[in-house]
Amino acid sequence: MIKMTNVSKQYGDFKVLTECSTTVSKGEVIVVCGPSGSGKSTLIKCVNGLEPFQSGEIIVNGISVGDPKTNLSKLRAHVGMVFQNFELFPHMSITENLVIAQTKVLGRSKDEAMEKGMKLLDRVGLKAQADKFPGQLSGGQQQRVAIARALAMDPICMLFDEPTSALDPEMVNEVLDVMTELAKEGMTMMCVTHEMGFAKRVAHRVIFMDQGRIVEDDSKEAFFANPRSERAQQFLAKILQH
Amino acid sequence: MGYQWNWGVFMQPSGTGDDTYLSWMFAGFQMTIALSLSAWVLALILGALIGVLRTVPNKALAGIATAYVELFRNIPLLVQLFIWYFVLPELLPESLGNAFKQSNPIMQQFLASMVCLGLFTSARVAEQVRAGINSLPKGQKNAGLALGFTLPQTYRFVMLPMAFRLVVPPLTSEFLNIFKNSAVCSTIGLLELAAQGRQLVDYTAQPYESFIAVTVAYVMINVVIMMLMRRLETKVAVPGYIGGK
Amino acid sequence: MHEFDWSSIPGALPFLWDGMKISLEITIQAVIFGIVWGTLLAMMRLSSVKPLSWFAAGYVNFFRAIPLVMVLLWFFLIVPKFIEQLFGLPSGTDMRLASAMIGFALFESAYYSEIIRAGIQSVPKGQIAAASALGMTYSQSMRLVLLPQAFRNMVPLLLTQAIILFQDTSLVYVSALADFFGAAYKVGDRDGRLVELLLFAGAVYFVICFSASQIVKRLQKKYHPA
Repeated sequence: MIKMTNVSKQYGDFKVLTECSTTVSKGEVIVVCGPSGSGKSTLIKCVNGLEPFQSGEIIVNGISVGDPKTNLSKLRAHVGMVFQNFELFPHMSITENLVIAQTKVLGRSKDEAMEKGMKLLDRVGLKAQADKFPGQLSGGQQQRVAIARALAMDPICMLFDEPTSALDPEMVNEVLDVMTELAKEGMTMMCVTHEMGFAKRVAHRVIFMDQGRIVEDDSKEAFFANPRSERAQQFLAKILQH
Repeated sequence: MGYQWNWGVFMQPSGTGDDTYLSWMFAGFQMTIALSLSAWVLALILGALIGVLRTVPNKALAGIATAYVELFRNIPLLVQLFIWYFVLPELLPESLGNAFKQSNPIMQQFLASMVCLGLFTSARVAEQVRAGINSLPKGQKNAGLALGFTLPQTYRFVMLPMAFRLVVPPLTSEFLNIFKNSAVCSTIGLLELAAQGRQLVDYTAQPYESFIAVTVAYVMINVVIMMLMRRLETKVAVPGYIGGK
Repeated sequence: MHEFDWSSIPGALPFLWDGMKISLEITIQAVIFGIVWGTLLAMMRLSSVKPLSWFAAGYVNFFRAIPLVMVLLWFFLIVPKFIEQLFGLPSGTDMRLASAMIGFALFESAYYSEIIRAGIQSVPKGQIAAASALGMTYSQSMRLVLLPQAFRNMVPLLLTQAIILFQDTSLVYVSALADFFGAAYKVGDRDGRLVELLLFAGAVYFVICFSASQIVKRLQKKYHPA
């Protein structure tokens, strides 16, 4: 589904990503973790072309992301993304947030888009909030709407960029529950997150990044039982202390 | 101190015959409103366009927009007005220049004033629009793109609607400015409010009444616009955000 | 098409320079007056003494509601006569120019006052609380904590306003004061070369204001590295 080969990116002299390669197969759930500044957010944004990269290749569903001839909008329409700060559109009601891209990008009829949107809103448990505006919802609720908005586009895979790190602790679980359910239904997912509990529960593989490199790329069992690199050991020790 | 107040002066027939001085004032008031509103429309359209261009990734387009803003911001309004009115007709191809010079003098003054005020203000509007767009969280643009919107669609559906709501308060002050700045156009002979006030002083020997009336008229324009814009602000306020409910 | 003839400019340069000196003089005087009177107005506006705060609010709102051209006409045409009559001065005492300059400065102070008020209010309230918690007196916390921060925040705006004010000085044209623009217009009118002189004046204003605004931008970057 997603195949990355030797992806590198730099700002001036600063190397953000160095020779990153990995693959995500259909139905697989991959968790990407690593210390802040390790390039994990940049890596996931390269997958749908939000961040350009200088060398290497990323193929998503058979389409090369870095190819200037690729219609990125068309590709992105089928790659769902969930952001750290939710990024709902504040001037639109929840319903409008769910409908707008379906109608304007996919060309669905308003009725069809509404039906789909409401179904998904119900699924994330927020049907009652349909007519409110994003600013009137809690962070956890906003993030669940954001997931529903992405799902409404019938994505072939989902990218999560630290979906819970801007949330108050008591709201983290409501978002993780939605993600867990999604994973269990067989959605292809790539998640940048520090939630190791989530990784243990649903991930198939864990990628550990440090200083722009993919240091470990292993099955979840192998990663948690016996991380090979010292950096990953330190990282896990720190994060699991809590 | 020997001054004879006479507020009845506005009801007296004017120096040229069949109308009153009050009707002079009213004509000036109408001219000020017509000029300011038409220039404002021009300023909003051009300003929005230039402001958006300043934020696009294309360096050449953004550069042109920046040059436009700097040009109109760094020359005094009065100088710009004189250039539009006295200089530009000379630089146009002869037929066009002559057509302008042979048209109705009031039309000439009005056109030059409208274009001048409109372009001068558009540079300021552009700066506000740019600031509004830049103040949006960067993730909003990414979120639009990630949903499959093209860049123009992302501007149209995601960034501009929000940016325009954010710039309503600063645009209010530009809207007020355009009315005040329109008084500069009295210098090329356009008979707007300030010019009528001056004319009244010459004709009536009641300078205080004339100037007080004109000043009050400007204050009233100011108050009315502020009230209207405040309504607009509540109308476009986004629920759950600053200024919203 | 117009045929350009720039020959009247070199000879007129000393005269134009005299005009520029007047423009700069008005600018500097109005900036100093504006900052001093503007600071007082801002402090009155923020003061807890209601009549002071009302006066300052009224003053600022009034001057910001009317066009500068109107203010200049008031102070050029009406106020001198009023003072003449009030003090029984012999008519013909020419104070129109001084009066116009005072009007200009009074007008610009309203704008300065708003910048200064916003600068003072831009300092987070917690700063004063923190200063008091350290045992500083009110005047110490003002002098050592609040004002230095407020000033840093408003320097770029004060300078930008000075550039706007410099552009505004061209409007003293309505009061027949021979500033740079007035001088350029006179030369152009005299020699029948209005097109060239107006373009020249525009270019001079542009070069001065554009360079000044670039300098302000640099200062801003230096003191507020974002």
